[in-house]
Amino acid sequence: MNPLGIARRLLMVLGLPVALFAVWWVATINSTSFFFPPLRDILGVFGDTWLSGRLLADVVPSLIRLLAGYLIALVLGVSVGVAVGSSPTLRAFVEPVLEFFRAIPPPVLVPILILFAGIGNGMKVLVIVSGCIWPILLNTVEGVRGIDDVLRDTGRCYRLGPAARLRHLVLRGASPQIAAGARQALSIGIILMVISEMFAASNGLGFTIIQFQRSFAIPQMWSGIILLGLIGILLAFVFRLVESRALAWYRGLRMSQRGDG
Amino acid sequence: MTTDPILDVRGVRKIYEGQKRNVEAIRDLTFSLGSNELACIVGPSGAGKTTLLKCIAGLLAVTEGEIVLEGQQITEPPRGMAVVFQEYGRSLFPWMTVRQNVELPLKEKKLPKAERKRLVDEALSAVGLADVTGAHPWQLSGGMQQRVAIARAVAYQPHMLLMDEPFAAVDAQTRAELEDLVRNLWERLGVTVLFVTHDIDEAVYLGQRVIVLSMAPTVVLADVAVDLPAERDQLHTRSLPRFAELRAQVYELVQRAKHGQRPEQEGAGRTASVAPSAPEV
Repeated sequence: MNPLGIARRLLMVLGLPVALFAVWWVATINSTSFFFPPLRDILGVFGDTWLSGRLLADVVPSLIRLLAGYLIALVLGVSVGVAVGSSPTLRAFVEPVLEFFRAIPPPVLVPILILFAGIGNGMKVLVIVSGCIWPILLNTVEGVRGIDDVLRDTGRCYRLGPAARLRHLVLRGASPQIAAGARQALSIGIILMVISEMFAASNGLGFTIIQFQRSFAIPQMWSGIILLGLIGILLAFVFRLVESRALAWYRGLRMSQRGDG
Repeated sequence: MTTDPILDVRGVRKIYEGQKRNVEAIRDLTFSLGSNELACIVGPSGAGKTTLLKCIAGLLAVTEGEIVLEGQQITEPPRGMAVVFQEYGRSLFPWMTVRQNVELPLKEKKLPKAERKRLVDEALSAVGLADVTGAHPWQLSGGMQQRVAIARAVAYQPHMLLMDEPFAAVDAQTRAELEDLVRNLWERLGVTVLFVTHDIDEAVYLGQRVIVLSMAPTVVLADVAVDLPAERDQLHTRSLPRFAELRAQVYELVQRAKHGQRPEQEGAGRTASVAPSAPEV
């Protein structure tokens, strides 16, 4: 890519965020409102608030819980999804229940989960799992159902064993849908990470932001919200990187099909 | 021509059981293929060709009768049989490269690595694809994708090769090349080939025998021996007078099949005069 192209891409990616920050900066520059402090003040406290100690004490525990919950949801969602997607009988049997659970907003489960799982890390991970699993599971079911019959017949004719069928046919064939579910689950996971820490916690991003709010440390609270947004961008970026590698074949296939049609 | 039959289709009947009514796709099919035979099956659309092929491939259970491959009754996809499907685009794994596609069944056969490499290389160069092994199927043209599917079948070292209208979706030029490729591989590998097609020219050009099916519920309408020279090429074989005669004969049979003719409705003598019936076992 030539330098002009890189400059263009950078402008495309950073243009709007920079403009929004500029608007925020200018609009609040003379603000005397207690709840909307100048952006200058917010950014001024950002480094002191987060980079000295809290990164390890609060941000890292939050991220570990998010990662644990997300990975558990991924493994559970894909395994159950493959099982349900492979068996029409099982699907007919469990589908209404799955739809029921999916329709329940996970935050309302937090008080109940506290009863069962206490207020430790286990509860917070469980909250994240309980929200992340549904998009992954339901998308996996659809993905497995959607695998081409001819491809399945091919696998049978060449006598692929159960392990090879799972690895080379089912999981890869469903991977575009699994990725779509995993992407939805990631943003749900970030939300639930914060919410689970707002109820009962002694550390974590959500906990700290609530503490700032309750102690009227408003610029610090805002800086926490900005940090959350930045973490979201970073995780989405990492996700895209992994996805673009794993699904390169899918992009190519789609593009070649569009070329034909 | 027929020595010991490698494939024996005996009194096969297939009924699809629906919720409201049952559909009889195949009524009574009996024929057998000798070792290293190349037979074509033709029939009008709706003759149950694909159903028959799926039964032989072990993908569908027959309702009555039995299909025996090398002495073993087929109840699931057998060892020693490879299938090339019509829908090449849907039969290759799009997330694998050409090489990986050809190699996967060999890995499942637990062949050692060096052996796999040799078979894959040989198969890919036999179909003229030695230089695109790292490409993904969707980067190739339709004809090349079907070549990959053929290479996968060849590398699998089957005794019996089933082909379900494999060239129905490629252009005429490519089709002629692929037909010659099939003849060539068949002669070199000593494999038995059952080639299903709706194209009468293709059936006569390729086969040593053309089995004509009736409309569903399917029976064998005729079994025509193709007495063309073994050495065939697109230009000369197709302009032989005998080719034209056979083509006309099969064409007429397929037309009659289309109009619902069945052997038992006709005078037995007439069908028999058109073609000697299949060797019964």
